[in-house]
Amino acid sequence: MADIMASNLIRQTFRTDKLPHIWCQGCGHGVLMRAAAQAILNVGFDPDKVCIVSGIGCSSRAPGYMNYNTLHTTHGRAIAFATGVKLAKPELHVIVMTGDGDAAAIGGNHFIHAARRNIGITTIVFNNSIYGMTGGQYSPTTPMYDTATTAPYGNIEQTFDLCKLADASGASYVARTTAYHVPQAIKIFEKALLNKGFSVVDAISGCPTYYGRKNKKGNAVQMMKWMKDNSIDFKTAEKMTADEIKDKIITGEYKNAPAPEYCEIYQKEVIDKVLKGDAI
Amino acid sequence: MAKTLKINTAWCKGCGICAEFCPPKVLDIVREKVVLKDMDKCTKCALCELRCPDFAIYVETEEVAG
Repeated sequence: MADIMASNLIRQTFRTDKLPHIWCQGCGHGVLMRAAAQAILNVGFDPDKVCIVSGIGCSSRAPGYMNYNTLHTTHGRAIAFATGVKLAKPELHVIVMTGDGDAAAIGGNHFIHAARRNIGITTIVFNNSIYGMTGGQYSPTTPMYDTATTAPYGNIEQTFDLCKLADASGASYVARTTAYHVPQAIKIFEKALLNKGFSVVDAISGCPTYYGRKNKKGNAVQMMKWMKDNSIDFKTAEKMTADEIKDKIITGEYKNAPAPEYCEIYQKEVIDKVLKGDAI
Repeated sequence: MAKTLKINTAWCKGCGICAEFCPPKVLDIVREKVVLKDMDKCTKCALCELRCPDFAIYVETEEVAG
């Protein structure tokens, strides 16, 4: 390993023989993946007790690079597999790394029901507003009227607000951050990891190759600047009008309301009762 | 404690994010790779390390004997 030129963090938490990663020049996913690795290290989890699960898409390549127990599953089913892992081994820190298409489109049902159960999984959505890997089709988080390869005249569908969706579905920790706001992202990931129930972080990433190019948002640097210039926090947004917050990325902690975790309830209310032979 | 800025050009994809957001502006992109153009002005703040999508630039801290 000594001949690999990388920081201590990367050597410690990544499979360096799999690097460099396949993501495009300036893709925000690399920034977010590094921030997540830093957060896992900062909270002091035993690496053997961390399990990272992904589905399909650009985002879902992440666990392949990260040196933990990892699972690369089928499209949209990361949270379903993660639910199985968590129920079988509740002592594991289960983290889902998914994308906007994976989590909010094909996996939308798993997303809302995992939130409803408040199962102890930390879900980080690498939200780049597009299906990158398959060629730039619009996703449920593509802003309305923006273009995509499947929406050449503009996307006429409303956008999912993943924070509101997660909150309404019952997730106990919900936040949003971006690939530009790295120190904030690390702090938010740490809090999401430490929350016992279902945590959701809508992590805004930039896809210069498809979303950026299709929408004339420029290259990687310009997309980062766009995130920097158009982000406001939830507290500031509260005092602004709907018109003023239109097209803004609202970041920070949206909800932090610890609630009983599903596996703990399952142990107490089902397994313990069955073992005691309580009659139904 | 000596801090040095390290660049792994094999991993650098030349996106330019590090150079753009470098506070003292000591980084540049030459032929799609990052270069440190002014070593003396680099403050080793490591913001480039935080922002690099490819883990190609980082600040290393070495213990100095004596």
